[in-house]
Amino acid sequence: MELKSRVPSAPVAEMWDRHKFEMKLVNPANKRKYTVIVVGTGLAGASAAASMSELGYQVKAFCFQDSPRRAHSIAAQGGINAAKNYPNDGDSVWRLFYDTVKGGDFRAREANVYRLAQVSVNIIDQCVAQGVPFAREYGGMLANRSFGGAQVSRTFYARGQTGQQLLLGAYQALEKEIARGGVTMFPRTEMLDLIVIDGRARGIVARDLVTGTVSSHLADAVVLGTGGYGNVFFLSTNAKGSNVTAAWRAHKRGAAFANPCFTQIHPTCIPVSGDHQSKLTLMSESLRNDGRVWVPKKAGDTRPPNQIPEAERDYYLERKYPSFGNLSPRDIASRAAKEVCDEGRGVGPGGRGVYLDFADAIKRLGADQIAERYGNLFEMYERITAENPYRVPMRIYPAVHYTMGGLWVDYNLMSTIPGLHVIGEANFSDHGANRLGASALMQGLADGYFVLPLTIGDYLGSNKLEPVTLDHPEVRATEAAVAGRTSTLLSIRGHRTVTSIHRELGKLMWEYCGMARTADGLRHALQEIPKLRDEFWHDVTVPGTGAELNQSLEHAGRVADFLELAELMCVDALHREESCGGHFRVEHQTADGEALRDDERFAYVAAWEYKGEGQAPVLHKEPLEFENVHLATRSYK
Amino acid sequence: MNLTLHVWRQPAAGAAGKFERYEARDVSPEMSFLEMLDVVNEGLIAAGQAPIAFDHDCREGICGMCGMMISGAAHGPMKMTTTCQLHMRSFKDGDELWLEPWRARAFTVVRDLVVDRSAFDRIIQAGGFVSVNTGSPQDANAIPIGKQEADEAMDAAACIGCGACVAACPNGSASLFTAAKISHLGLLPQGQPERYRRALRMVAQMDLEHFGGCTLFGECQEACPKGISIDFIARMNRDYLRAAATAREERAVGGTG
Repeated sequence: MELKSRVPSAPVAEMWDRHKFEMKLVNPANKRKYTVIVVGTGLAGASAAASMSELGYQVKAFCFQDSPRRAHSIAAQGGINAAKNYPNDGDSVWRLFYDTVKGGDFRAREANVYRLAQVSVNIIDQCVAQGVPFAREYGGMLANRSFGGAQVSRTFYARGQTGQQLLLGAYQALEKEIARGGVTMFPRTEMLDLIVIDGRARGIVARDLVTGTVSSHLADAVVLGTGGYGNVFFLSTNAKGSNVTAAWRAHKRGAAFANPCFTQIHPTCIPVSGDHQSKLTLMSESLRNDGRVWVPKKAGDTRPPNQIPEAERDYYLERKYPSFGNLSPRDIASRAAKEVCDEGRGVGPGGRGVYLDFADAIKRLGADQIAERYGNLFEMYERITAENPYRVPMRIYPAVHYTMGGLWVDYNLMSTIPGLHVIGEANFSDHGANRLGASALMQGLADGYFVLPLTIGDYLGSNKLEPVTLDHPEVRATEAAVAGRTSTLLSIRGHRTVTSIHRELGKLMWEYCGMARTADGLRHALQEIPKLRDEFWHDVTVPGTGAELNQSLEHAGRVADFLELAELMCVDALHREESCGGHFRVEHQTADGEALRDDERFAYVAAWEYKGEGQAPVLHKEPLEFENVHLATRSYK
Repeated sequence: MNLTLHVWRQPAAGAAGKFERYEARDVSPEMSFLEMLDVVNEGLIAAGQAPIAFDHDCREGICGMCGMMISGAAHGPMKMTTTCQLHMRSFKDGDELWLEPWRARAFTVVRDLVVDRSAFDRIIQAGGFVSVNTGSPQDANAIPIGKQEADEAMDAAACIGCGACVAACPNGSASLFTAAKISHLGLLPQGQPERYRRALRMVAQMDLEHFGGCTLFGECQEACPKGISIDFIARMNRDYLRAAATAREERAVGGTG
């Protein structure tokens, strides 16, 4: 396997323009002769499917939900970044590029990040033209807010529902193309394998989740916009259905998986309330603008918060990071919360929580002002916890939120399997080891509206593809593999439910591959995961049959893949002997407990090649060069 | 606490269905309603029975995938709350609950509490968009939009497409859903060129899908987890009336080549 990044040779600011000119084109009359499969209909998938259909390609789009509008992009709250510089505060494409590379702790590819910053401005124009109701000022101009990791206000938003509104914009464009006949939509259909013929991605095998029918769909190229793999931790802020199956199946067919250990833990989520917990809910990062984070100074202090006097409280973020205080970046704030809870100073049932206190802000600004800023978030908190945050401090704890790692792609967003393209959270390309707030929406739409629809033409225009039919032996073999797997899952009839095994895997990963990782812990996890996987394949029970709507069977297939991915994550985390962004190795920290990067040895993308069952994955390195943003240590003291 | 559930079980579309009784034991008030069902399902699976099928995904009240009738109320007893955000502290020990799928002519049952809401997608296909392709539109600030219009458009755009409005309506009407989209786009300058065509086409599709008509019961507004106002239905009706009165036949004038 060779990693050819295909980064154009030009100054970074000219690369994309030059590349657009040099890429092969497919003439308009020929585009309709090509079929492209898009899996996933979130921001990246829906925008890509709609845009390619508009260009004239025949598109087949797939999602496992009942409608493309349900994809988990819909849950993003805060906003979307763009270098519009409307507030006249000195923003520019260059500054957004710089902030993103630095925020990613220097583990992203400069060329991709620069392009992302460039097209960010087009995204806002496009979304407004579609009727996305962004927040406005009284004069009718678009409103901006500031977000973590930036000193300018470049975040556009639609109340606390920015992801919803952007997704509905892309969904409506997709429905427009479905009505026109350019896109054929397959809802409630899950991709279970990738068809690779003569080394090229030529289709997928998918299961109709209502009837259970397994069938093959052929195409000239395949695009995965299938999101991240945070649910490997069982508890995360992801939707219950979010999974790694499409990406993992592609990995096993030859697509390299890059930086799997780079996961983002978000500091402000509602803590776990009991063993029944099925998912975690994020509270927007914007709350840290006015809330103060604290825990009791004394371990085991169970007094209610209002009975703990000021002198006995530890505002630990303000103490440790005086210049950034409560607005310290996500990775740093999360680790600090874990530390104080490990010391026995956590609050609430189970002791895994810290206070986010608005008392001072309410005193300073009044409850009305706080309600105007955060009213909907306070209501959501109260609905879930039955506590009123105007009177009692919120309790928060970090939770898995986003995965920066994903399938390796080149500058054209193509994986190591020719013809297989990967967009949005499913690829690894733009966020390095840590993603900044409001950048996920930007990347999903950049890939889907403005990058992939062009680069896919380069692939189709420069390769002669032989026609394939459904009776091709490789198609048949892939279908048989899927059918075999399904019948195995249904025939074990053991004693353990899928959920119980998933929960156990999640605990292992959270403990040993979560916020703080050690070599010993990772080695321990690497012993336990294969045991659990073995138990799954010998003792899981999946009721029902494969020929009906069977939600346990769907879950079983996804957990089976998580059980394999988990191992690769630990292998990657163990090999990366440094701390960077969301990856914190306890052995690699400064004297005062900050992350210690090792640019000499680890300034590369770790892309793992699958070598077969029971074989160790092989590491390929894509060296990262920083010609425009100089390597520096992040400091928030 | 312990509860008794009567759950609609139906193995597939077109098959006969009936209520089955289940006991939900040791339910914690901290659990969400769907977590309570998760626990019941774990028990069913362990006993070798088919778990209760229900739709859900984000579990934070925004994807619109979940929803069921809980003792006759769409999404249950708490206002402005989806089923996934409803917590068991809204109930008390000994409660007996009846769980049913959305009942409407346009929503067929797929299995148990899962229904087919694809009619909503087809209503959007009929015109719930702005016909603008990806490309290079003018600068986002080129057309100012007053804060009030933008806010009102956002109120309508907040619809999550869950279908509670249809299930709550005695007529099985999709007027609130359809009106929300017609209003969201009709309130914005970008939606003006297609405003009346959109109203005609989306309303026609709603009728084709066998949704009932609106007779202003107002149940939809009560059931809507996002608090969408029936004022938007009045707005839809105004747009529709004007469109119906002034519509001209669409003509393609060709031959420019």
